[in-house]
Amino acid sequence: MTLLDFARGPAMQIAIIIFVVGIVWRLVGVWALRQKKDLSEARQKGAWVGGIKGLFVHAWPYKPFVPKVGAQYLVGYVIHLGLFIVLIFGTPHMLFFADIVGFTWWTLPGGVITAVAVVTTLALFIALVKRLVNPVQRMISNFDDYATWFVTTAPFVTGLMTTMNMWPHYETGLAIHLLSVWLLLIYFPFGKLMHSFWFVVSRYTTGSRFARRGGMA
Amino acid sequence: MKEHDLTLGEELRRQGISRRSFMKFCAGVASSMAIPAAMVPAMADSLAQARRQSVIMMAYQECTGCLESLTRSFAPTVENLIFNFVSLDFQHTLQAAAGDQAIEAIETAMEENWGKYLLLVDGSIPLKDDGIYSVSHGQSHLDSLRELAEGAAAIVSIGTCASFGGVGAAKPNPTGAVGVDEIITDKPILNVPGCPPMPEVMTGVLTSFLAFGALPEVDRLKRPKAFFADTIHDRCYRRAFYDQGKFAYSFDDEGARKGWCLYPLGCKGPITHNACATLKFNQGVSWPIQSGHGCIGCSEPDFWDKEGFYKPLSAGQWGTAEGIAAAAAAGVALGAASAVMSRRNQDKISGGK
Repeated sequence: MTLLDFARGPAMQIAIIIFVVGIVWRLVGVWALRQKKDLSEARQKGAWVGGIKGLFVHAWPYKPFVPKVGAQYLVGYVIHLGLFIVLIFGTPHMLFFADIVGFTWWTLPGGVITAVAVVTTLALFIALVKRLVNPVQRMISNFDDYATWFVTTAPFVTGLMTTMNMWPHYETGLAIHLLSVWLLLIYFPFGKLMHSFWFVVSRYTTGSRFARRGGMA
Repeated sequence: MKEHDLTLGEELRRQGISRRSFMKFCAGVASSMAIPAAMVPAMADSLAQARRQSVIMMAYQECTGCLESLTRSFAPTVENLIFNFVSLDFQHTLQAAAGDQAIEAIETAMEENWGKYLLLVDGSIPLKDDGIYSVSHGQSHLDSLRELAEGAAAIVSIGTCASFGGVGAAKPNPTGAVGVDEIITDKPILNVPGCPPMPEVMTGVLTSFLAFGALPEVDRLKRPKAFFADTIHDRCYRRAFYDQGKFAYSFDDEGARKGWCLYPLGCKGPITHNACATLKFNQGVSWPIQSGHGCIGCSEPDFWDKEGFYKPLSAGQWGTAEGIAAAAAAGVALGAASAVMSRRNQDKISGGK
């Protein structure tokens, strides 16, 4: 069995199993926790509207904070949008998903995907440098932050190296790229990458609680 | 002078091949094998002095496709003469002798050239049940290979079967078929995989052996680097379409008619090392991708068992729906258990209030 056979076969299946177990475990575990009772009287009706509003309002920093954290948000958006574009509109990725969903969709030219991936990778490195340089951010960072950065960046770097034929052997590069993605999947449920699931819940909860207490979302 | 005693240079002159043509041939081979241009005159001199090389070619568990490919030449080229120049002392299919006479021919060739002959092997070798599934003249091919390898100067495995087991070793591999280098470990072995292999690669290998007395530099799978260093994808004329994101999604869509990249149709070019994209087959006429079909990766080990020829390389093995459902169920159980433990802990801290 070659490394690529291993990456496409057993490694992929093990990673998917761990990903599914982990995600369901975390979701059910949090959902089944005892809910905190809010004993105060609601100051206004329709807290859920505040929850929905919170989803969007918190997508960009409060105006007075923009000069301080705006760039950080921008880097975050570049990373997330880049990840989405490369993952969904890269042809090999589309074909990977098409294998299970049973249909294909329009994709972007390889050159565009490569450019997006390069920009995203640069944004990831900017985020890392900022984390290391900013004393406060460095102080509050732990292993999880760096591990999350690593497992997110590795598929971009290995994918770019595979596309640009920078490995001594393409198939070894492809296998390493796949393995880096499986590492991401395995780490996903147990670290900060779970924010992909939590951010909607937490923003809604924050928004609705603020609204219930009569505050802004 | 006997024909057998002629050097290659003398033989070429006898055949009316000019030195200019011979030098062109040497330059061509040197170029294809990445030998520096400055080495060409020395290579030509050495090659011209070469004596007839004894070659024993054994056909084991095979389909004769490799031999068909190697003998498919249309014009009397220098390449042909190189093939003709070697003394092919034994080849089941091409020789007139049969039965006891054929065996005598092998024994004589081995005796006269012990330690010097080049052993060419075509086909895989079954190991299961002492190799009983492939037998000639009462001798298993496993025993035959061991015997012949002992007196060989070097071994060249021709085709994917001899190199890696090929179709004979495809799952479930009922005969326990393997390639030569899994049996013989104490001789220089060179693999020329392909289903079929390219005749030009064989010419290059033979020329190198005749000129330098050694097999060329090989990669980790013992394939000559000069021909197998690049992937089909690296050298494919459709590569530009891959980079532009222009693909054929069926064999009769617009992309297929326009000659766009065949990656979504299962082309194995990116993981296949061979020289088809540059040398092509039938004297440079065409090759599979030019004919509209993706590369099937025939020069790589286990190419029969890589999930089908038409499944894109990007496809993975997702596992069974049952497996994923079981994982989800395990997740629910773990989540519920975690929540119960958490609630108990809360109760403990709050004293049940």
